[in-house]
Amino acid sequence: MKRILMLAKKEIIQLLRDKRMLPLVFVAPLLQLILFGYVVQTEVKHIGVVLADNDRTAESRIITEKFTNTGYFEIEQRVNGESQITKYIRSGQATLGLIIPKGYQSSIKNGRTAELMLVLDGSDANIGLQAQQYAAGIIAARSQEIMNHKLNSIKAITSRISTVESRVRVWYNPDLKSVNFMVSGLIGMILTVITTILTSVAIVKERERGTLEQLIVTPIKRWELILGKILPFVVISFIEVGLIISTGMLWFGVPFKGNILLLLALCVAFLFTTVGQGLLVSTVSRTQHQAQMTAWFFMMPAVMFSGFIFPIENMPKIIQLVTYLVPLRYFLVIVRGIFLKGVGMEALWDQALILTLLGILIFGVSVFRFQKRFAD
Amino acid sequence: MSKTNGSYEKSIVVDGLTKKFVGFTAVDGISFDVRRGEIFGFLGPNGSGKSTTIRMLCGILEPSGGNASVLGIDVAAHPEEIKQRIGYMSQKFSLYDDLTVIENLDFYGGIYGLKNDHLAGRKDFVLEMAGLKGREHELAANLSTGWKQRLALGCAIIHEPEMVFLDEPTGGVDPVSRRNFWEMLYHMAETGTTLFVTTHYMDEAEHCHRLGFIYQGKMIALGTPDQLKQQHMRGEVIEIAIDTSQEALRAVVGAPGVDEAYFYGATIHAKVGSVKRDMPAVGKHLKSLGFKGFSVQSVQPSLEDVFVNLIQDTR
Repeated sequence: MKRILMLAKKEIIQLLRDKRMLPLVFVAPLLQLILFGYVVQTEVKHIGVVLADNDRTAESRIITEKFTNTGYFEIEQRVNGESQITKYIRSGQATLGLIIPKGYQSSIKNGRTAELMLVLDGSDANIGLQAQQYAAGIIAARSQEIMNHKLNSIKAITSRISTVESRVRVWYNPDLKSVNFMVSGLIGMILTVITTILTSVAIVKERERGTLEQLIVTPIKRWELILGKILPFVVISFIEVGLIISTGMLWFGVPFKGNILLLLALCVAFLFTTVGQGLLVSTVSRTQHQAQMTAWFFMMPAVMFSGFIFPIENMPKIIQLVTYLVPLRYFLVIVRGIFLKGVGMEALWDQALILTLLGILIFGVSVFRFQKRFAD
Repeated sequence: MSKTNGSYEKSIVVDGLTKKFVGFTAVDGISFDVRRGEIFGFLGPNGSGKSTTIRMLCGILEPSGGNASVLGIDVAAHPEEIKQRIGYMSQKFSLYDDLTVIENLDFYGGIYGLKNDHLAGRKDFVLEMAGLKGREHELAANLSTGWKQRLALGCAIIHEPEMVFLDEPTGGVDPVSRRNFWEMLYHMAETGTTLFVTTHYMDEAEHCHRLGFIYQGKMIALGTPDQLKQQHMRGEVIEIAIDTSQEALRAVVGAPGVDEAYFYGATIHAKVGSVKRDMPAVGKHLKSLGFKGFSVQSVQPSLEDVFVNLIQDTR
């Protein structure tokens, strides 16, 4: 036990003396949080529209206003004729081309289906898709209005016609603010990055300097060595979790609904997977540089496949299967569940169970490999 | 457990020790022993199996065959027991650069489980011995190579080991520091510590009580420096003080009676069957080739001569 504490103490002294590493460990995650909080807005606003209003009637003005009133769209340019639309979309000045054909109003008046033509820039699939959904929503709403209006004018039969209308209430994140979603996700991501890199680099550094060899000839047990190296980073990770949560709550006003102790307990399960990854990386790396590169190589797909940024539901079936192997996937569900929904183990037990099993598996394999590679 | 604490006769007993890696044999059935309080020099070219042997003796690497015991403990059976009682210092001076002198000592002392009072006493002893008093709070990174070397030795012996392994401990260290370092080693040997040292410096080898010479995984010579010079030198050595050019070397090699010749400092050494018979012939040969102002004399073979000779024989 004393040996573990000696090692941990030494590790902390070294970290505190490392003028480059220290800010990386404590300042970088906060900066990341703040940047992500502001930059990663998954809801798209102010989509540029190039408008070709060939009808120039009251109806065409109404539909145009409906577009701009939502705040999702902004008219960048009004043009005559469809040919010019291409130019603005090609240059990126507009994402959506809205073409109102001649006779739009008269079609509505005469009870025929009026058509609007939308041209979408799909090169950014996310924006394109959202623009399409917003536009379809706006047009459907207008269509409904027109229909109600007509039905009102033939009052006699309205009582017989019923329509279904959806009234949506969003729970847990009522404003659908992406920052709420992001802050909770960032806990998982930052824990992954910090522990994986710090653990692997701290071990490889000792191998590079020859101090690992020196330690092997001392009576220290291997499990003591592993624990002593890991312990400080686990403690640091918890400090960071605290920093992220408080910054998220105080700065971004993200509500914390659940049980903090449960979250911290499940963090431990998650840390087993990330620290295990770090150990594993250290067994295949000779230099600190290699360790960092290898750690990134592990982490990038993990973050991509975790559902942190891209919804897993949207991924191809094969990739969806792969995501079941990514610990961050389960941890994100847990963090978001506790953070935003305030749920407890009754809702998260399956995620927690798989995460724990993965933790034991990854940590076990890496300790085993670490033992074997110890003497090299 | 078959511990024979304090009752062992020899510090190291090695019998047929072998280590095979995939595709090659690093250590090939070597046998030797090291007596208590002896400075044993373990010599050999790079890659000859020195480090592999040390690693097996320290209990880090499992032998593939043969027996070895250190301080009476079988290295294959009880590697962990050996570790508390030996010290190890490598060429890399495995210190933590970002810790101070005292923090390094504290750390290794703690790892060896020294208790507070005992640790304080040992730290004091090491600082005194290494001449590091007054530098306790300097970062190891800021020490010169000589200081680092002494601190590394201090860390390796903080727990008063009965036996210390030193793997090329003087590499890259200036001559004065080397001298100081060897004085520390002598002092330790006098107080009963057994030392197992590898080195490439022949003057250091001369300082050892006994030497083992390993080449391509095999122990090819074993004995005191004097014994080695007598037993493993077939023929005698003459020293030619001449300009050390390739041309001169070729001329010496071509002289009658010369088995081989090589640069030795600012001179050329030539191995001949008999000084009496061959020395005049060599002088004559050089004169006939137009060399002037050189001198030829008979010398005692040095360890370096012995080793050049040994390796030539093995090839």
